[in-house]
Amino acid sequence: MKILVPIKRVIDHTVKVRINSENSAIDTNNVKMAINPFDANALEEAVRLKESGKASEVITITIGTEKAQEQLRTALAMGADRAILIKSALPVDLGGIQSLDVAKTFYRIANRENPDLILMGKQSIDSDAGQTPQMLAALLGWPQSTYTSSITILEDGDEQLEVAREVDGGVETLRLKIPAVISVDLQLNKPRYARLPDIMKAKNKPLEMLEFVDLLQGSSHIKLLKVSEPPPRAPGVTLPDVDTLIDKLRHEAKVI
Amino acid sequence: MPVLILAQHNNKAIHPATLSTITAATRLGNNEIHVLIAGYKCENVARSACLITGVDKVLHAEAPHYEHFLAEEITPLVIGLTEDENYTHIIAPATSFGKNILPRIAALLDIQQISNVSEIIDENTFVQPVYTGNALATVQSESKVKALTIRTTLFDKAPLSVENPASLEHVNHTPAVNISRFIQREIIETERPNLTTAKIVVAGGRALGSKENFKMLETLADKLGGAIGATRAAVDAGYIPNDAQIGQTGKIIAPDLYIGIGLSGAVQHTSGLRDSKVIVAINTDEKAPICEMADYTLNADLFEVLPELIEKL
Repeated sequence: MKILVPIKRVIDHTVKVRINSENSAIDTNNVKMAINPFDANALEEAVRLKESGKASEVITITIGTEKAQEQLRTALAMGADRAILIKSALPVDLGGIQSLDVAKTFYRIANRENPDLILMGKQSIDSDAGQTPQMLAALLGWPQSTYTSSITILEDGDEQLEVAREVDGGVETLRLKIPAVISVDLQLNKPRYARLPDIMKAKNKPLEMLEFVDLLQGSSHIKLLKVSEPPPRAPGVTLPDVDTLIDKLRHEAKVI
Repeated sequence: MPVLILAQHNNKAIHPATLSTITAATRLGNNEIHVLIAGYKCENVARSACLITGVDKVLHAEAPHYEHFLAEEITPLVIGLTEDENYTHIIAPATSFGKNILPRIAALLDIQQISNVSEIIDENTFVQPVYTGNALATVQSESKVKALTIRTTLFDKAPLSVENPASLEHVNHTPAVNISRFIQREIIETERPNLTTAKIVVAGGRALGSKENFKMLETLADKLGGAIGATRAAVDAGYIPNDAQIGQTGKIIAPDLYIGIGLSGAVQHTSGLRDSKVIVAINTDEKAPICEMADYTLNADLFEVLPELIEKL
């Protein structure tokens, strides 16, 4: 089984983001960047499937500037076999390359690489759109599982994958035929930290660079007008004791 | 020209998120509102949807392969409907139902979807939270059809009315695609209200220290008739199952009252509760981020305050 794992370079999830002075984007200058956390879960799962002999090759891919090589090298150190960078100077967000463009780009790569499984994060923590996996599955005509918290490879039968998905109020189990697209949630696993020898080894693993092909012609896109701060909350008060709290909730806020 | 709403339901009843989505659709101007009830043995749901204020027409599609709302099966049905009618918008709630299906439809219609719409400025212009609500993006779409998922906690539920019921139209089902199959759904049964729709939410963090101590929160929640929430740290520590998680990787809530106990208020958590009307923080550290955003703060030890609160409420 060949697995393709798309990843995205995003602002590290522990960084408090700032809006730029033009109110046109989030400032990414001199900010710590990382692999999108959900994509790290997807990578971890792919590498575990390879380690257990169920997958033959793990290929990771991203779209971005040459700086995105850092995240691809991290993915290679975690255990991916080779990497593909689709170079683009445009940002991959609402102000640049949007989910549909990303899905179309990965669609082309999927047709070249013929993976049996595409594993990716359920959403990126920057635009939070949560669209690319489903769009990619649609373009390929493949089944999809979103918000996946467990993946089992089945040995026999017509369907090769059993997945559990986190849905409102519970967990849903599905069986899928391959090839398939699976988007994953944090509960799936705990991604490993790359060890130093693996980081050294990753430097010699293949990293192919391709030029981003503008697929935007004819597609319908959205225009980013502005990025603004959420309205601030009114300042609160510190209360001396439980009685005052109960009184305020009953008579001032009237919520209990 | 009409708008189409993908209704979330369980073949027995309409999901409240659908009612909020209908309210959002009424802000798009004077468009007719069509609601699609696709499922299995769900005709009663379709009939009851005719009574929702604002709805002009209910489309009812029935087939065994729609029973579990698989995206692979519902997508061709919706694509077919868009070929028969000039819909200006296709709208779904931003729940696990809508978020799963709508991007699949949007891709085949070659349109970029707008996710988690929190405000409708006009029929082409929308606000959506990005970076877990730490910023708001205003976006505009000039496409013929717009695909939107709606952040339903920010829109009131459309009321029911027996006056002017909508018309009901049965539409033919599409053939089964059969590339994915539903096996089972485990619903976690609870006496408490649903976390995403509860008016009161009591949430705890790692400072509770144990599963047993977390039970105290449950007592408080039951006294208030509220739901239980948690931080990711509390879930990871095994104090409570994952579906109680609030924040970036969990649920987005907007109750009338949120009480945060034994949690610092990391941005990954607070981004999921920013729209709560009243926020209460109970924390010994007055500089904790949750205290800075709270309306009422008690700087006190939770193990002293909790029993007292439970007793006095």
